[in-house]
Amino acid sequence: MGALVSGLQVAVDQEVCCGSGLCALTAPAVFDQRDDGIVVALTTEPADADYDAVRAAAAACPTSAIHLME
Amino acid sequence: MTTTSDIPSFPFDKTPMEPPAEWAEFRDKCPVAKVRMPSGDEVSVLSRYSDVREVLTDSRFTRDLSRPGAARLANTDDGGIFGRPSSSDVDISEGNGHRRWRRLLSGSFTMKKMEQWRPRIQAIADQLVDDMIAKGSPADLMADFGLPLPVAVICALLGAPAQDKDRFAEWSRISLTLTRYTQSDVDRARREFAMYVSALVEEKRANPGEDLLSELTQISDAEDGRLSHGELVQTGMGLLLAGHETTSNMIGKMTGLLLADREHYDAVIADPELIPGTVEEVLRMDTNAGIGIPRFITEDIEVGGCPVAKDTTLMMLLASANRDEHRFTEPDRFDPRRSNANQHLTFGAGPHFCLGQPLARVELQVALGTMARRLPGLALRDGADALPLRKGILGGGFENVWVRW
Repeated sequence: MGALVSGLQVAVDQEVCCGSGLCALTAPAVFDQRDDGIVVALTTEPADADYDAVRAAAAACPTSAIHLME
Repeated sequence: MTTTSDIPSFPFDKTPMEPPAEWAEFRDKCPVAKVRMPSGDEVSVLSRYSDVREVLTDSRFTRDLSRPGAARLANTDDGGIFGRPSSSDVDISEGNGHRRWRRLLSGSFTMKKMEQWRPRIQAIADQLVDDMIAKGSPADLMADFGLPLPVAVICALLGAPAQDKDRFAEWSRISLTLTRYTQSDVDRARREFAMYVSALVEEKRANPGEDLLSELTQISDAEDGRLSHGELVQTGMGLLLAGHETTSNMIGKMTGLLLADREHYDAVIADPELIPGTVEEVLRMDTNAGIGIPRFITEDIEVGGCPVAKDTTLMMLLASANRDEHRFTEPDRFDPRRSNANQHLTFGAGPHFCLGQPLARVELQVALGTMARRLPGLALRDGADALPLRKGILGGGFENVWVRW
């Protein structure tokens, strides 16, 4: 079972999000900006191919609102 | 024992293109370094990426320097823009009030909304370049392109009459004084600016348009706690000021930086796909970023292994942080393909991260793309080292950027 949940998990803290939209630009398959600017994660378990983009988005987030669990 | 004269004066002396020597020295040896502001007050500067980011994202600390014990930055009585208290019905600067204000405004500055503005920004840029070419080479790129482009855009976005742009520009400049203007200049500019925006709001109330100020006026008039009248006026002033004093300077600095070593400019002409990466690297490598962003520290903390006492005013050297080798490999090398270039702190970090940043990015991309396409032979008339630094103002830039083509 362990192997099935060993991927990268992602969560956005919408209380902390300042609406910069940088993550939606960096990893558009995983993050989207709502009309009010706040970001939603389109999936909690991104595809392997998006891992680098998700990590870059988390590092660039101005408020550290993106949490990653490996 | 440290005597007063041992403390270096701030801002540091510098040449047009190079970082001040103090940045690398402080990053290496003195992560919390005392300097003296033009007001005579002491502040401590942070120069490392991790320290600057840590303090900016710490919501305990405020940029409100009107509090007792905070340093004055400018030589005016009020100590400059960060020391000016808001009027009593304005609560958008910090904490929950600021959060409410951001939630209200951030929807108007999303990436998607700003992308919708790109064609209009492009049309304005092309018109300005048409006019500049018609007048002939040489030209001051700041006067003919760098300033009028963002000003026309913010006026269109807000619904402010562009013909009043010289007045907005003057009020904005005076508001951001470090040493250039007196307290009475500041008081007069703030009074006139507030009266102007109040009158504009009245006009939007009578004749609402499809612009942001009309929208915010209707929200404020609902009197449901989202935005007070004073907050509406301050927002209008803030957006006009930001539209004048930030992107315009960056267009001038971008032009200087890319033409100082024109392989970067020629690379964009050869491959327009490099425009976004080039803009990010220009933002990261800017050495004329102004004095930085302050925070007033309200409890004893430790930063970078050094104690910082309660009541210290810290100044974040964003541009020094952007040259930190612990975050950016070979930080002094210009690389439009740098994978983490957009982690620069030029727009700040934390809850006060620049609201207008998506607009600024689109404007800078359009400005660069237009120059590269229309003016491939663009060159600095007097060389990069002769570019005149803008001094005595919180934001950095060049007074003018004379170019030929």
